[in-house]
Amino acid sequence: METIKLTIDNKIVEVEKGTTVLNAAKQIGIDIPTLCHFELCDMGIENKPGGCRVCVVEIDGRRNLAPSCATEATEGMVVQTHSIRVMNARRTITKLIISDHPFDCLVCAKSGSCELQALATKFGIREIPYQGEKSTYRKDTSPSIIRDVDKCIMCRRCEMMCNEVQTVGALSAVNRGFKAVVAPAFEMDLEKSPCTYCGQCVSVCPTGALTEVDHTISVIRALSDKTKTVVVQTAPAVRAALGEEFGLEPGTSVTGKMVSALRRLGFKYVFDTDFAADLTIMEEGTELLQRLKKHLSGDSDVKLPILTSCCPGWVNFFEHNFPDLLDVPSTAKSPQQMFGAIAKSYFAEKIGVKREDMVVVSVMPCLAKKYECQRDEFKVNGNPDVDFSLSTRELAAFIKQANIDFMDLPDEDFDNPMGESTGAGVIFGNTGGVIEAACRTAYELHTGKKLEKVEFEVLRGMDGIRSATIDFDGLPLNIGIAHGLANARKLLDDVRAGISKYHAIEIMACPGGCIGGGGQPFHHGHSEILKKRAEALYAEDAGKPIRKSHENPFIIQLYDEYLDRPCGHRSHELLHTAYFDKSQEVVIE
Amino acid sequence: MTKVKTLPELIKMKETLVSQRACYSKQLHVCGGTGCQAAQSKTLDVTLKEIVTDKGLDKDVKITMTGCFGFCEKGPIVKVLPDHTFYTEVKPTDAREIIDEHVVKGNQVERLLYVDPTTREHVPNSDKMEFYKKQLRIALRNCGEINPEDIHDYIENDGYQALGKVLTQMDAQQTIDIIKKSGLRGRGGGGFPTGLKWEITSKSQADQKYVVCNADEGDPGAFMDRAILEGDPNSIIEAMAICGYAIGASKGLVYIRAEYPLAISRLKKAIAQARELGLLGDDILGTGFNFDIQLRYGAGAFVCGEETALIHSMEGKRGEPSFKPPFPSVSGYQGKPTNVNNVETFANIPVIINKGAEWFASIGTEKSKGTKVFALAGKINNVGLIEVPMGITLREIIFEIGGGIKDGKKFKAVQTGGPSGGCLTEKHLDTPIDYDNLTAVGSMMGSGGMIVLDEDDCMVSVAKFYLDFIVEESCGKCSPCRIGNKRLYEILEKITQGKGTLEDLEKLKNLSNVIKDTSLCGLGQTSPNPVLSTLQNFYDEYIEHVVDKKCRAGQCKALLYYVIDENVCIGCTACKRSCPVNAITGDKKQPHVINQDICIKCGACEEKCAFDAISIKLEHKVKVVE
Amino acid sequence: MISKILTDTAQTRSAKNPETKKSGDPVTQELKPAAINSFSAAEKDKTKVKIKLSEDKAHKILEICASYNNDPGELINVLHETQGEFGYLPAEVQEVVAQGLGVSTAQVYGVVTFYSYFTMIPKGRFPISICTGTACYVRGAEKVLEEFKRELNIGVGETTEDGKFSINCLRCVGACGLAPVVLVGEKVYGRVSPESVKTILANYEEK
Repeated sequence: METIKLTIDNKIVEVEKGTTVLNAAKQIGIDIPTLCHFELCDMGIENKPGGCRVCVVEIDGRRNLAPSCATEATEGMVVQTHSIRVMNARRTITKLIISDHPFDCLVCAKSGSCELQALATKFGIREIPYQGEKSTYRKDTSPSIIRDVDKCIMCRRCEMMCNEVQTVGALSAVNRGFKAVVAPAFEMDLEKSPCTYCGQCVSVCPTGALTEVDHTISVIRALSDKTKTVVVQTAPAVRAALGEEFGLEPGTSVTGKMVSALRRLGFKYVFDTDFAADLTIMEEGTELLQRLKKHLSGDSDVKLPILTSCCPGWVNFFEHNFPDLLDVPSTAKSPQQMFGAIAKSYFAEKIGVKREDMVVVSVMPCLAKKYECQRDEFKVNGNPDVDFSLSTRELAAFIKQANIDFMDLPDEDFDNPMGESTGAGVIFGNTGGVIEAACRTAYELHTGKKLEKVEFEVLRGMDGIRSATIDFDGLPLNIGIAHGLANARKLLDDVRAGISKYHAIEIMACPGGCIGGGGQPFHHGHSEILKKRAEALYAEDAGKPIRKSHENPFIIQLYDEYLDRPCGHRSHELLHTAYFDKSQEVVIE
Repeated sequence: MTKVKTLPELIKMKETLVSQRACYSKQLHVCGGTGCQAAQSKTLDVTLKEIVTDKGLDKDVKITMTGCFGFCEKGPIVKVLPDHTFYTEVKPTDAREIIDEHVVKGNQVERLLYVDPTTREHVPNSDKMEFYKKQLRIALRNCGEINPEDIHDYIENDGYQALGKVLTQMDAQQTIDIIKKSGLRGRGGGGFPTGLKWEITSKSQADQKYVVCNADEGDPGAFMDRAILEGDPNSIIEAMAICGYAIGASKGLVYIRAEYPLAISRLKKAIAQARELGLLGDDILGTGFNFDIQLRYGAGAFVCGEETALIHSMEGKRGEPSFKPPFPSVSGYQGKPTNVNNVETFANIPVIINKGAEWFASIGTEKSKGTKVFALAGKINNVGLIEVPMGITLREIIFEIGGGIKDGKKFKAVQTGGPSGGCLTEKHLDTPIDYDNLTAVGSMMGSGGMIVLDEDDCMVSVAKFYLDFIVEESCGKCSPCRIGNKRLYEILEKITQGKGTLEDLEKLKNLSNVIKDTSLCGLGQTSPNPVLSTLQNFYDEYIEHVVDKKCRAGQCKALLYYVIDENVCIGCTACKRSCPVNAITGDKKQPHVINQDICIKCGACEEKCAFDAISIKLEHKVKVVE
Repeated sequence: MISKILTDTAQTRSAKNPETKKSGDPVTQELKPAAINSFSAAEKDKTKVKIKLSEDKAHKILEICASYNNDPGELINVLHETQGEFGYLPAEVQEVVAQGLGVSTAQVYGVVTFYSYFTMIPKGRFPISICTGTACYVRGAEKVLEEFKRELNIGVGETTEDGKFSINCLRCVGACGLAPVVLVGEKVYGRVSPESVKTILANYEEK
């Protein structure tokens, strides 16, 4: 490794060649403020347009100040990060940015986690001397995401996420100069754009320009309605991240406290989406085996690979971009929707509550779930299977609002019958987790043999595209895994071209899977947080007494009492869905 | 056209063309530049040709439509050779007289001759015109001399000899060395040494490299690139091929403004002809060197003059600049090493090769060699395109070549360098012009716009004009330029409205310095120059606007005062009735008074007053009643 | 997919907008100078401007794309040629271009709105361009512009209700000797004064 030496603020630092001044400074504890710069280095995600100019530093021998995020450190370089010239420039630029930003911090959804607000605090800005015209745009509300473009500071993170990481192409920088802003084509509503609601734009937005649609108030209303039985389900990834909002170390699993909190918030039944994840494995695993069997017997009508369909962002993506492949994904609903369907049928009947009197709330790491629960195919006579979907962030805010001292809560267990889950259900939150869970069950169902080692290490990790071949007792099953939609697109292009070598592919829209979902606490570019969340889920799996979905006693009971068998008649009615071609939606207001 | 396969064939072709030319006893050059075409020079050209054919003179008289003569003020221009008679403001109806009198009888048409503004006398030929005396035309050498639509005219004037020379007698490094030795610096604004740029690109290793000609002339007061492309497109093609040979590129791209249709069509023609002759394409002049050129169109974005923005635009993206390094010479178009030079820079190349680095380096100042083309405009008698040796003074340009200030007004300032430049004053008139001197006094060479301002121009408004342009053209990528310039503009607007404060002047200074210090690209880094240079050189005018609420040039409407002369006003009340905001008070048959705090300067009262009692004043003194 | 676009976009046009120009209309083939300041007006109207895009037109656009090998790098050239064909670049046209080149519509729109040469609203039959380059500015172009705006009662980047005139500003046509300069279509008027504005407009009286 070639290294170079440079001087930053009179300290000498030795760094690897190619390191930026920003990162070199970080190595000696100098934290140069940034705004547009963003990276998730392990995933190769980086945004450094060098546009905000907040990170400028003074470099000896250079005429102008240099952006430390984009300037490579060189041998003998002498850098000052807080000279008067630098501090004046940095403050002036921050003031300029604020001068074109609404002053509604007190009521802004991002208040407290806004990076611009943090800078203003850090620099002690007390007045904005450069008052003038502010750019104003129409506020745009979609089922999942709210765009308040007045707050856009042109950091271009969302544009990078939407185009490079996700290849969704819903957003682009438009107009130029003072009017430049990031928007969908023709500044149309996000709802009419090819947006998948993956929420990755929201998760990187430094200000309140992109935020989620808040369902909390509707949930509070339902909870205070005496005629309603309110049931809540929590997705696997939520428990691994919720603690961060209360100051806990990333990777601290807070399942028990979360259940306590939900009960204190007034939910009648606190259930687990993990249960539905186990159910998903039963359906999806069976479907995989059926398709595989037919395929192996030479039935050309059967398409392989089978693609997982748990992720609503991913479903939106293929409906928009691969309408010719709608018969490739599994028809199994996502765990959220399976849960809703079972809660409002089997469970409602069990406790004698009418469907209309039951309200199902989900807590999800995801923003696309807000859209998913509103899809028409998940409603019965207009009544949705899942009524409201809260993000992890919204739940945290709700808990704080309800004066609950989260840290002081005892650990409690989920209710039954829909609170019991296996380790397989838990790892659904990680990239590779769904397919690993499916393998655990499919292996035993296919081979009739007991799986001794349940961990499939080959399926784990953070590489964007991974593949592995699992030996199903002589049948080599080729598995593909992709997270991040750009990676998914690559696998799908191969499927479309007929050159895919896989039997089954797992896709999650968000980098890292659900643990990196658009509804999770903001990671502010710290990729180690995502890793710790993933570890937390694998640890929870390891600690579970039952680790295979088909061994979940309440799943067995559900099939016995109600569904009969996986992919059976009733299952099809309740647990499977269809997909629609959305590519031809050319809607221009 | 048959291909020219070797250098000796090219030389022979040239000789033949020269001898053919000698057969004509008289030649008429009609300016076909944009300015003159706008004044019907095309019809004039056609008419002249018809008359000559009618009279059977076409074997003896050659009429050529050329590129721009530079003397746009008095277009359309017709120049008669060999005597260099220079006719100005020629109309198609004058054609017959020129042929009958001058061509046939040998008598100059006196009424069409240029009249010297000082002596008021007719000037018999262009050599005696002040406008041309101090000019040295290298980049513009063929503009006004040849038919830009015929490659043979170019070849006759040493065209493609330089390319032949480098391909047959030099290697790449020798070619680069000549350019380095000549001291040629980029003419697009920055002034980076051209030879050095070529060398860096030549040293970058890649399977493909590109030569790019920046013809996206966006400076709102400069049109030299257009004149060169319209008047001598082959010189650019030849220079790009030479550059390709030097850096190891086989592909050239011209990024040209779509708003220049004439330049585009002439360049396309020239490229087609060069291909036909084998001077572009594979195995040029039998040397095994391949080079070809494609066009890419700009679409109206000033920032695309910046090379990284230009490259993004050529790739079909928004023309936003990116941080350098990496420089285009390392990673440019399609990620490949790319050498970007501007039109005027390229236009110098063939001459340098032909005449030698020493010859070129003997012209100009110590650090700025050769000549510079300026677009001279504004309040000056001889508006036009001029090319002068580096080191000439502003005084020589403005008062000798430019013929002084229009309408006998007083010189106030000259703006050089376009939106990135600054305003220079009387005290800079004797500064020798070169890259470094202009930068030292707070302006810059820029692409060569030179706008002369007189006493009627308000310097705050001039700064505001440029900031308006910058705000319009900022790409919006970096915050200091996107928001900072908008705020600068707003403060200037406030000052011209008479609402400025002394604090605003401090804000202007600080904001300008920060924008200059922190912006991402050259456009942003130089954008506050018009503000900083006017603040420096015309601070008193800013103070007048802010403190005295006065605009001495009378340009700021809000700082004009409608005043009723009490000695003339008869109190007819007409003005009072016409005032839309009831700013006028006064009893019938008594002198009326305008309340300046209410007045919106609409001028309705002045129009209504039948007694000329209302006039506009630059200052308004409240009369103290004793 | 194209046929679906066609039916989806066959919506009524706002009454304010002039009749659709047919391709091949002489106006579209004239010199089209850079429009500055056109964004504000375009912003206001861009969602309203609707034309029915005939199948031929959609195919014409796809042909243009194909002539550039459907290379996304040629987006700007494709837009130039498409605007040359239609006179302007309404939303539907951009949708088809995006499809042809395989890029997102947002990206096409981002490029269209970046360059002032591209316009989403149709120009008048006689597009008026006022040079506001420095040379023209110091010789009074601003007053001339004001007069045109006053006479036609439209702003910069807008088109008169009858679709006859539109006003745009451009920077330096290189005829500084004639400053201030105004172009109507390709015709250049030099040394224009506010007083001569009426005379210029009178040249375009229609019988």
